Amino acid sequence: MAQVPVTEGVFTWPSDSPQLIGSRCVSCGNHMFPVQQGCPKCTAAETEEVLLGRRGTLWTWTVQGFPPKAPPYAGDVDPKTFKAFGVGYVELPGQLKIESRLTEADPEKLKIGMEMEMVIVPLSTDAAGNEIVTFAFAPVA
Amino acid sequence: MTTEVAIVGIGMHEFGRTEGVSGMDQGVIAVRRACADAGVSWEDMQFAFGGSMAAGAADTMVSLLGLTGLQFINVANGCATGGSALFSAYNTIRSGVFDLGIAVGFDKHERGAFRVNTKGSGLGDWYGASGLALTTQFFGMKINRYMHEYGISQSTLAKVSEKAFRNGSMNPMAWRRKPISEEEVLNSAMLSYPLTQYMFCSPGEGGVALILARADKAHLYTDKPIYLKAAVVRSRRFGSFEVLAPSIALEHNAGPTVDASKAAFEMAGMGPKDIDLAQLQDTESGAEVMHMAENGFCEHGEQEFMIQAGETEIGGKFPVNTDGGCLANGEPIGASGLRQVYENVLQLRGQAGARQVPNDPKTAYTHVYGAPGISGVTILSR
Repeated sequence: MAQVPVTEGVFTWPSDSPQLIGSRCVSCGNHMFPVQQGCPKCTAAETEEVLLGRRGTLWTWTVQGFPPKAPPYAGDVDPKTFKAFGVGYVELPGQLKIESRLTEADPEKLKIGMEMEMVIVPLSTDAAGNEIVTFAFAPVA
Repeated sequence: MTTEVAIVGIGMHEFGRTEGVSGMDQGVIAVRRACADAGVSWEDMQFAFGGSMAAGAADTMVSLLGLTGLQFINVANGCATGGSALFSAYNTIRSGVFDLGIAVGFDKHERGAFRVNTKGSGLGDWYGASGLALTTQFFGMKINRYMHEYGISQSTLAKVSEKAFRNGSMNPMAWRRKPISEEEVLNSAMLSYPLTQYMFCSPGEGGVALILARADKAHLYTDKPIYLKAAVVRSRRFGSFEVLAPSIALEHNAGPTVDASKAAFEMAGMGPKDIDLAQLQDTESGAEVMHMAENGFCEHGEQEFMIQAGETEIGGKFPVNTDGGCLANGEPIGASGLRQVYENVLQLRGQAGARQVPNDPKTAYTHVYGAPGISGVTILSR
């Protein structure tokens, strides 16, 4: 089964060491995600593409306890089989905080400040039988 | 000298779920009730600002109210739609263009959490597809961080909801009028940790209309004019933590509520200590807690003691969300900010019935917050 990214241009894929793709302001060095033109910090118009760090610390988190509405959600929305998933912001040192799914959904195991690493996780299967994948952060063992 | 502005008529359609009545019709009913309250007719309106998020273009309501040719401007400004309509009406009178006009907001949303239009919000499809386009997640994450930093307990979050439903039980216009205990709140379904089902408001229905006049003509319409001392809307700055953000900056900014609050106090020539009661955005119970500090009414962390001690109850030192807030009224986006002002007018007129704040309050404050990082504040006085 082929693995297909949920979108092009948000993370590098396929890759043994996938990275999120962001922007850096050529004028003030501010980092942005996803890629965008124009810097919200210094108002400069020009930015350049940059690959973001793969590790950081958990800044805050929650657990998505009910199936999101579909669309837009592409994952499982059947209340009988839906599995709660973690969502958080991971602080990438010197860059920015990234909002992401988390591979851990147990409130007992999620702690602000814990080390996290970027991974790729399955989201759903499309009509052609391909596995749609997106990015997530996982606690560093 | 700029013209002072008074609210001389208020009207509301019941919040909640009204089968068979469109959002637009609820707005029309609110307008008719506001006109009756001020003793004027629709023909007397010189201008209108109105909006809804999901229930149609407000200006089409003239075909139901009367084609009088008035200047009617639609307002669409996310969760601050009602606040923006009021801001516009306020400044239209202050500038001397017109003497009498109306701000109206209404809505009717589908059941369940808001379905976010990712394209319309400037977000890629991948964001919603990946399960991140839920405003509820932001609220869970913001209060989780806040609890970690400032020592707010889950009991305090539940007490905010308990108060909201108790106040709602005394409000005939509220959606949820059954008291719910702290324990029931804590034991309800965990929707977005640490927030449970009864800690969240729901998208709903309703309409509110407010009639504004030059203050020096207010006596023509009411013997209890309520003066609008400030109306402010602010958007976010770099570094603030907002709803539906794929990333946020490392550096921290306090956010649009702090900016809007400071500007409103300056405009009114008042400070937080001068305010007798407040309606603060309570999309969920944690929002009320955080907004108490963001609006300047306490230091961060003091809410834990204040709420546990009952200080924000109707009979407390500083009553907050006396009509039950969004938690008990639901959130019809276009009407929500105006509902807060409606409640404050009742309180300052002494017409709030069973939920009247004692000791003759003289000043009242409203604060609305929402996507995509926007805050609206008003200050009223007798």
